[in-house]
Amino acid sequence: MGSKKTDRRAFLKQSAAIAGGVTLGAAKPAIGQNPGPVSFTKGSDELVAYGERSQFVTTTRIPHGGRASPDAFGLDFHIATPLQDSVGVITPSSLHYIGTTRGSFVPEIDPTEHRLMIHGMVDRPLIFTMEDLKRLPSVTRMHFIECAGNRANSRHTTVQESHGMTSCAEWTGVLLSTLLNEAGLQDGANWIVAEGVEEVKGASSIPISKAMDDCLICYGMNGEAVRPQQGFPLRLLAPGFEGILSVKWLRRIKVVDQFYMTYNDYGHLRQQADDAALSMQIGPKSVITAPSGGQQLPGRGFYEISGLAWSGGGAVAKVEVSTNGGESWNDAEIRGTAHPMAHTRFTMQWNWDGSESTLMSRCIDELGSAQPMRAQVGEFWNQASGEPVRVRGHDNSIMPWRVESDGSVHNALA
Amino acid sequence: MGVCTMRLLRFLPLLIILWGSAHAQSPTYGIGRTPSAAEISAWDIAIGPDGEELPAGRGNAEEGAQVYLRKGCVACHGTTGVGGPAPRLVKNDRGSAADPWAWGRVLPIRSPYATTVWDYINRGMPLNQEGTLTPDEVYSLTAYLFFLNDLIEEDEVLDEVSLPKVEMPNLDQWAPLPDWWEPGLPRLLDYPY
Repeated sequence: MGSKKTDRRAFLKQSAAIAGGVTLGAAKPAIGQNPGPVSFTKGSDELVAYGERSQFVTTTRIPHGGRASPDAFGLDFHIATPLQDSVGVITPSSLHYIGTTRGSFVPEIDPTEHRLMIHGMVDRPLIFTMEDLKRLPSVTRMHFIECAGNRANSRHTTVQESHGMTSCAEWTGVLLSTLLNEAGLQDGANWIVAEGVEEVKGASSIPISKAMDDCLICYGMNGEAVRPQQGFPLRLLAPGFEGILSVKWLRRIKVVDQFYMTYNDYGHLRQQADDAALSMQIGPKSVITAPSGGQQLPGRGFYEISGLAWSGGGAVAKVEVSTNGGESWNDAEIRGTAHPMAHTRFTMQWNWDGSESTLMSRCIDELGSAQPMRAQVGEFWNQASGEPVRVRGHDNSIMPWRVESDGSVHNALA
Repeated sequence: MGVCTMRLLRFLPLLIILWGSAHAQSPTYGIGRTPSAAEISAWDIAIGPDGEELPAGRGNAEEGAQVYLRKGCVACHGTTGVGGPAPRLVKNDRGSAADPWAWGRVLPIRSPYATTVWDYINRGMPLNQEGTLTPDEVYSLTAYLFFLNDLIEEDEVLDEVSLPKVEMPNLDQWAPLPDWWEPGLPRLLDYPY
């Protein structure tokens, strides 16, 4: 007891001497401390004001679907989020996927100048400033957005290429129904046309039943203002519906009597009724993000299989995982709360024995709809077996990843 | 008549007014201002299938060919609507002549309504000078594209009355959304996926 006390006193004296006479950098680490990192970043006004990620974290978005973004004109078109590096369910705003009408510049909008007009088949046409909108009752909800073109094929090598055109954020704004009720819908108001302020003024038609149900007019995203690439200062969000309906840089909503067939609408037109019905709302869908294509398992042993599940039909009710190509399925654990029309993280413990294994996940949503194998879709539509199956409407088919015995992971779509 | 009834009668006009405005969904928050008619018409560029919102103007394919050259459409869409870096504007020569879906995703031929073509040229063209075309120029360009796709004659004049009447081959060959759908329902009844 006594000797310990003496040691401590000696140490304190020595420390004080060092602190007084020698620079900190030359001090030897105290007992029990490991050597720290070799370099430090000095504080700067910029980093105090607005932080940035570690220089060692380099995950990035990539252009999607073969067209350059930005292209030769500087237009952004389709840009995919790096799902392989995602954790949790929020996509960081800087990594959220991007889709635009035709390709678009990012408008630089002064929010004090921005206006939203609601007109057409309403009793009282209205113009709102951003300040007006922020006075109205707000909601904050987790929602994914997914591009209709998020369709996996056998050439994709990573989950970013096969599934990267979906992201999930926490959105804050006003319910569109609040604004439409302020304006007063007239009899026969069956559709809205929502329009952006970008150079092409991208516009989409939305059925009034959806508009009055859960569509949001968002000014907030992940705890801050919506990012310019996501529609700053204002975007529409049509939860669970194909992404093109979530109009960015929103400036106008026109209430109309019929489907208006805008350029966006025309671009997503389908010839078959089933195809059209299966296109608007996103079906139950999931994908394993780790291990996924392009990743490398360092050796046999324990791994947590992790992935994302979502559905345009509501909340994810259940996720199942197979490690043997669909021969048997086990319930995955849902991490956190499964919000309606939101990415939901699922995990499953797995001991890899080093043999070739095919990993799959399957989402079942609260409506009871289940994510299909491609072969099941073919069977449902009585397609001749052996033919490659093109999933009608939005592609929500199961994604297989093959883990080779060397630990490399590959796309296992036929 | 009792006092109560008398009172009620006195307030009857007010009650009727209150009931009337409640029926018309009175605003709850009273936030936002009323735009002027001029503001609405300046912003309203969405043209529906009936063409109600089309502005006065006119043009034919011959004039449209001139506008196409003058406005530099050639640079992105090729000299006759094919061959540039931007989407082609003329149907391909494959497939059945009766099937507009066989001709590629070419706006002026696959669109079910002529108004969509007019609307898109008006709102989205030319690149970097969007919103600068006059109504006559948009009517002319639309006529030129329809002529290139064998929909109208070279000298046929399109205006706010005739344009919505141009019969598009895809008018009734596309699938509308199911009319039974409402929020909370699956995408397709009896479809398990």
